[in-house]
Amino acid sequence: MNPATRRGFIGTAAAALAGVALAPGVRLIEFAAARAPAEPASAKLRWGLLIDTTKCAAGCNDCVKACNEENGLKSTGRPRTDAQWIRKIDLKEPKTGRQHSAPVMCQHCAHPPCVDVCPTGASFKRADGIVLVDRHTCIGCRYCVMACPYKARSFVHENLTDQKPDVPRGKGCVEGCTLCVHRIDRGQGTTACAEACAKAGHEAITFGDLNDPASAIARRLRELPNRALRADLRLDPGVRYAGV
Amino acid sequence: MRTAGLLVALLAALAAGWAFAAGRTAKPAVVIEKPGNCVEATEVMRRDHMKLLLHQRDRTTREGIRTRPHSLTGCIDCHASAKTGSVLGEQGFCQSCHAYAGVTLDCWECHTPKARAQTAGAAQ
Repeated sequence: MNPATRRGFIGTAAAALAGVALAPGVRLIEFAAARAPAEPASAKLRWGLLIDTTKCAAGCNDCVKACNEENGLKSTGRPRTDAQWIRKIDLKEPKTGRQHSAPVMCQHCAHPPCVDVCPTGASFKRADGIVLVDRHTCIGCRYCVMACPYKARSFVHENLTDQKPDVPRGKGCVEGCTLCVHRIDRGQGTTACAEACAKAGHEAITFGDLNDPASAIARRLRELPNRALRADLRLDPGVRYAGV
Repeated sequence: MRTAGLLVALLAALAAGWAFAAGRTAKPAVVIEKPGNCVEATEVMRRDHMKLLLHQRDRTTREGIRTRPHSLTGCIDCHASAKTGSVLGEQGFCQSCHAYAGVTLDCWECHTPKARAQTAGAAQ
């Protein structure tokens, strides 16, 4: 085999391994990346986030602001009872003094405790791994708020008006990060927080399909040392953290 | 005795008819600003819109199917009043009928009653 042919062969093999299109519209392994709007969410996909805390800037709040804007979360002026879908936390290792900052939101567990404890079945996991609250059946008991080890759920205490058409919210229901499910269903392929983080120039949040080995998130998960928060609970979260 | 009962019933029916004809009972104001084909026949929509919405609601929330025809946002976008931008209010498409029928509307506890374009306009 002369070097040119061998290089060609290696190139083809690499493309095949990566699941890259060999010809327009032809793939060796088909990943259900884009779903038709009329099709139900598929278990072939698993949406998730990778948060690189080495890139996340302390004091930057852009992801939180973007989330509030996207989902119509407004402050009532009483922050203790305001809904909070995403929050920034600052961590410090006391012995070494190493500090990092990271956003924490619903971790979209594969084995979500909020779903286990829900008495009405309102808290549920969608086929593509997104953990949601069905407000039509939520009775506001807040068992899930207690059960979540990540403190990711909030309760709406007051009457709301001027909700976003895509994000219905109301008093008496529990809510949390939806992984911008309305955007995913539209095929937008990014969350408000990830978009804002990239816009701020940090690119600390990567959104994508964990099941697709060719996706940016899967590649970064392979490259960066990363872990789940509270991995000891073995909940298999869809949100993973690098640099913690 | 039976005759008296019948007479009372007849009078009551006449009185109700008279009241209705004279406009003493408020009729719902069904204002259709964008005439044309609805997603189903009018008779089906009048009787079964809640069933269609219930079915679509579960498909949307649980399975992520947000396509029309039977989506609530689709109803709102088409039926919201041009004046208020909402399906609520005295002449509002949803509220006027529901007030007449005495059926509580729970949708608007969480969903916005305003059409998408109106909401987007307000946000900008």
